[in-house]
Amino acid sequence: MNYRMILNILGWVLKFEAAAMLLPFVCSLIYMETAALSFVICILLCFLCGFFLARIKPKSKIMYSKDGFTAVALSWIVISIFGALPFIISGSMSNFADALFETVSGFTTTGASILSDVESFPKGVVFWRSFTHWIGGMGVVVFLVAVLPLSGGNNLYLLKAESPGPSVSKLVPKVRATAKILYSIYSVMTLIEIVILLIGGMDIFEAITISFGTAGTGGFAVRNSSMADYSSFIQNTVTIFMILFGVNFSLYYLVLVRKFKEVLRSEEFRTYILIIIVSTTLICINSYHLFDGPGSAVKHSAFQVASIMTTTGYATDDFNRWPVFSKTILVILMLIGACAGSTGGGIKVSRIIIALKTVAKELILTAHPKSTRKITMDKRIVEHETIRSINVFIMAYAVIFVASTLIISIDNFDFTTNFTAVAATINNIGPGLNAVGPTGNFGGFSNISKIVLTFDMLIGRLEIFPILMLFSPYTWRK
Amino acid sequence: MNIIIAGCGKVGQKLAKQLNSDEHQDITVIDLKYNIVQQIVGRNDIMGIAGSCTNLDTLLEAGIQNADILIAVTGSDEVNIITCLIAKKAGNCQTIARVRKPEYNKNLYVFKEDLGLAMVINPEHAAANEMARILRFPSAIQIDTFAKGHIEILKFKIPDSCILKDMAVADIRTKLGCDVLICGVERKDDAFIPGGDFVLKENDFVSFVASPKNSAHFFKKIGIKTNSVKDTIIVGGGDTAYYLAKNLMQTGIQVKIIEQNEKRCDELCRLLPKASIINADGTDDQLLMEEGLENAQSFVALTNIDEENIMLSLFAKSKMPGKIITKINRIAYDNVINNLDLGTIIYPKNITAEYIVNFVRAKINSIGSNIETMHIILNGKAEALEFKITKNSPIINRPLEELPIKENVLIACIYRNGTVFSPRGQDVILPMDTVIIITLKSGLNDIEDILEQGKK
Repeated sequence: MNYRMILNILGWVLKFEAAAMLLPFVCSLIYMETAALSFVICILLCFLCGFFLARIKPKSKIMYSKDGFTAVALSWIVISIFGALPFIISGSMSNFADALFETVSGFTTTGASILSDVESFPKGVVFWRSFTHWIGGMGVVVFLVAVLPLSGGNNLYLLKAESPGPSVSKLVPKVRATAKILYSIYSVMTLIEIVILLIGGMDIFEAITISFGTAGTGGFAVRNSSMADYSSFIQNTVTIFMILFGVNFSLYYLVLVRKFKEVLRSEEFRTYILIIIVSTTLICINSYHLFDGPGSAVKHSAFQVASIMTTTGYATDDFNRWPVFSKTILVILMLIGACAGSTGGGIKVSRIIIALKTVAKELILTAHPKSTRKITMDKRIVEHETIRSINVFIMAYAVIFVASTLIISIDNFDFTTNFTAVAATINNIGPGLNAVGPTGNFGGFSNISKIVLTFDMLIGRLEIFPILMLFSPYTWRK
Repeated sequence: MNIIIAGCGKVGQKLAKQLNSDEHQDITVIDLKYNIVQQIVGRNDIMGIAGSCTNLDTLLEAGIQNADILIAVTGSDEVNIITCLIAKKAGNCQTIARVRKPEYNKNLYVFKEDLGLAMVINPEHAAANEMARILRFPSAIQIDTFAKGHIEILKFKIPDSCILKDMAVADIRTKLGCDVLICGVERKDDAFIPGGDFVLKENDFVSFVASPKNSAHFFKKIGIKTNSVKDTIIVGGGDTAYYLAKNLMQTGIQVKIIEQNEKRCDELCRLLPKASIINADGTDDQLLMEEGLENAQSFVALTNIDEENIMLSLFAKSKMPGKIITKINRIAYDNVINNLDLGTIIYPKNITAEYIVNFVRAKINSIGSNIETMHIILNGKAEALEFKITKNSPIINRPLEELPIKENVLIACIYRNGTVFSPRGQDVILPMDTVIIITLKSGLNDIEDILEQGKK
């Protein structure tokens, strides 16, 4: 294990976090809040720790897969712990488990909150909360790879550990160039959303924070009513952008290099859009009686489907009061999640497609035991390695899901609450149903449950194995 | 610069690694085997595609339309040629193919023109040329030439009782009166670019830069023979042996080839009427002694089995004082092999890769860089680069001691109007000079790159 290299990377991550905190600091200054002072303390703390860690010069720059995975997992834990400081120091929260939950929920783009009254918080802290979504959406380490000459060697493992999806591929031969392209697309799309929201009449603070939440598919709102109070134009804009940020970013690259045919050929993209359309239609029909008119029904169900499927977690309506059939559809969407290579969470559409295809293959094999079949995706054969890793992923996912549900059931909430609380955190969505529904929050859970859910969020964002590896003895054995 | 490498065997991997040391090159590799592609992508910052390189779709996916160079180094000659042909038609790139069959090799020139290949490389042929060069100048383990043969970098091992032993590098010029510059020393697993107070030890591998005349003089002074060998024994009669024998016999060196396969012996007899062909098992020590190993001036182990070659060379070393060359195809443990006393070791695959890298670097020249020739020295740890100095270069007309030259970069020698000299601090570089740079860093593209950044 290349400890020096990992510590060096952690140092850079902290320095980056110090730089990132400058934004909420400026925001606090603009609104003349005392929270500005707490940001100064946090920035200094992050910078100093980062400065000393980054001074550790690695003897060798070679990173193997376990070094990359460990570095990314530790980076996320460290950045979350330091990211929780502004909440504590500014006095907004007193319980560290709460602050950590809130920060991890931010960085992992979950958007689950333990707060009941966001509007009473200092603007700077709220800004920081939303900004963590934006940073976490595309990934901290990906950003570092893009801007730093981190190592002369290979950063592919860092990218692999942080980017979601069954098989991470580069857009261009160099990892650095790939990371730059991803961040450029991400930033430009966020800017466009901010501008459109401003045109829709939102004030600048809300336009920026809501856009951060959409871009990272996070879901921290800045009003207690989430997105319910905004105009239809704003709600529809956010719907469209949530869907856009749930698409695999490599498709945007294909658009940029004018390979439109390949975009349309993408099975994952087509399935994703199909699922959104079908679910919206079903929910529309099923809960039509709750809304005033077809326009409103389509708007709310489309918003909610997009919000849940891309694992954003904004709400325009309290879907807890919707019929059970509609709620069940939403829970299924929670598990499916967005496309691989997007900022969204969940199991990912491509994994579901391939897993279903293996089931179909098994059926055919049972009928014709000697037949040979290969599973294909986008007309290309899916390697056995990929299929195996998807099967293992789904199994590990299920085990963690069940274990987490069991532990938090000690708090004695009803089953729907527990099940959806775990689903909402491990898939990085935010709101679940019943007590953790759009109008509720996670504040009622005990500290143990909060820590379990915090880990679920990290596990979900980094797709299980980087975090699990931290607890595996094989990782640390020499 | 976009480069596509088809085939990820030893040569492909070596090429990917070496070409990728330069920031500005985007490399994509293609191989049939998914696992190999995964492995090579995991080790280098490059793109990998699993698929057949003779399939147009695969090539398009690899970005053939924007590629500048395609290098086909799969195991099959035919696949390499067809890949280049398709690539040439699909994109507008230079193509390089590895073609090793002698019957194709004869028609190389036909290939090149009709198939639009920019370069054809035959590993056996290249390796044989390298061996022939060494047998003609046996004191050196490695010879690399620059400035069209006017400058050489030679590598040799300091023998046990040599006046160089325990001598400081700075004393060589004064005590021996030779104008040579020691540009690299390998001691065990380390490689140095020595300063003036560096003291040489026995068994060091020393690389030095000089003109051919000066190097001959230098060898004479330190008591190492420089004459070409008169005869050689080759064990293993493959293609390399054929090329080598043919090459050596042109300059009158007697060749004896020991080959096990009777049919191959008949063929060799036909191809090389003047060589003596022995049909026997070359690993039989009795036979080797019978064939006059003790009196031979050189011995070349060219069988297809690396281990056998190593054993043969070690045996020969114990029986004869002459020059020994060992061919190694695939064994990777460089540092273990280097510690054995195997004479000169030839890795045909490395030579192939080096030839191609040289060609690619030369191509890059035409777009921005100015490297005339490049050789990899000190066992792959350093590069020797030849630059032609232009009028607008920032380093001209300034004494060298005033230039902010990077660490681990050495200006080894200057070739000006037909004379070669090692520069001192007061010397200046003039336009039209040819300059040889030794560096432990990879990826220098221009003579300006030797200067510390920001101080140009």
